[in-house]
Amino acid sequence: MIEEYLYLSVILFVIGAIGVMIRRNALVAFMSVELMLNAANLALVAFAFQHGSFDGQVASFFVMVVAAAEVVVGLAIIVSIYKTRRSTSVDNANLLNQ
Amino acid sequence: MNVVFWIFAPLMVLGGLGLILFRKAVYSALSMALAMISLAALYASLDAPFLFAIQIIVYTGAVLMLFLFVMMLVGVDTPDSIVETIKGQRVLSALGALGLLGLLVFAIGGQITTEPNTMQGATVAAGGNVEGVAQLLFGRYVWVFELTSALLITAAVGAMILAHAQRTQPKLGQREQAEARMKAYAASGAHPGSLPNSGVFATSNSIATPALLPDGTISQESVSATLAQRGAQVDSVQLRQVTSEAFADAERVGDEEDEEL
Repeated sequence: MIEEYLYLSVILFVIGAIGVMIRRNALVAFMSVELMLNAANLALVAFAFQHGSFDGQVASFFVMVVAAAEVVVGLAIIVSIYKTRRSTSVDNANLLNQ
Repeated sequence: MNVVFWIFAPLMVLGGLGLILFRKAVYSALSMALAMISLAALYASLDAPFLFAIQIIVYTGAVLMLFLFVMMLVGVDTPDSIVETIKGQRVLSALGALGLLGLLVFAIGGQITTEPNTMQGATVAAGGNVEGVAQLLFGRYVWVFELTSALLITAAVGAMILAHAQRTQPKLGQREQAEARMKAYAASGAHPGSLPNSGVFATSNSIATPALLPDGTISQESVSATLAQRGAQVDSVQLRQVTSEAFADAERVGDEEDEEL
């Protein structure tokens, strides 16, 4: 019964991974990372249900806090890159490559 | 529980696929909102009402709105390029994703053989879901909880520093602006007064409608340069047509009445 939730979590994690790999827009790639974090959260809550304890839910809560902090800093970085390069494509941030 | 799962799990997968497949970033963000709300419903089905509320407040409320704000800041109309910059990247990504899927499914497939314990016992023992989470949060995990506050403050300060823009030129005050205008007037004869208003017509008074000069041509100064550049400018001559036709009709009726007299 919990297995379905885990399979869903796996599917979402893989979808997020594909998004990170193929999308060039930094914002969309970033949202894909969020999707992966949420997939992990779903697995944590499902395991909490399986074991009948709150630890998984608390872990999922901490993941959310960290994800929120990550979004704030990540978006600030995207905005500051956009200010200098006028683009949000991850291909354009290649100064170290030239 | 099963019904809720089979309603929201496909919705969530749809949202996830929309997130990576839509080429417009705003559609991706809205797909993600669908996925996040479905996930909240799944939390509720797993006896986690606290996380259900937090998921909606934090993800759809705060995180997604932040994404949309930034999208508006950096421009929404820049679709993703579909040109591959690294050769064979898409094929390799597909292979990697398939490998990851296989690995994860292999790792978890058939691992859980016992019936779930369910949250019932723990919830009753703690006196409620929120109480149970709080007992752990302020008991066993209180140190981690304190650390998250440090993390959040650091993140907020970091974001402020990253997004802060330092002025490279001093800010122009009213006096400097007036002086610059008078200098421009002396040098090139540019009008030092305020710019003309946008056009006001019977069917439109939007700021995108340029005013017409007495000779019937469009006054470019009456519309913001940004709007003109974006191509949002409305054709005033066409708008004026309605009024001109109405006047022509009125004149014709007047002439006919004159003839009848």
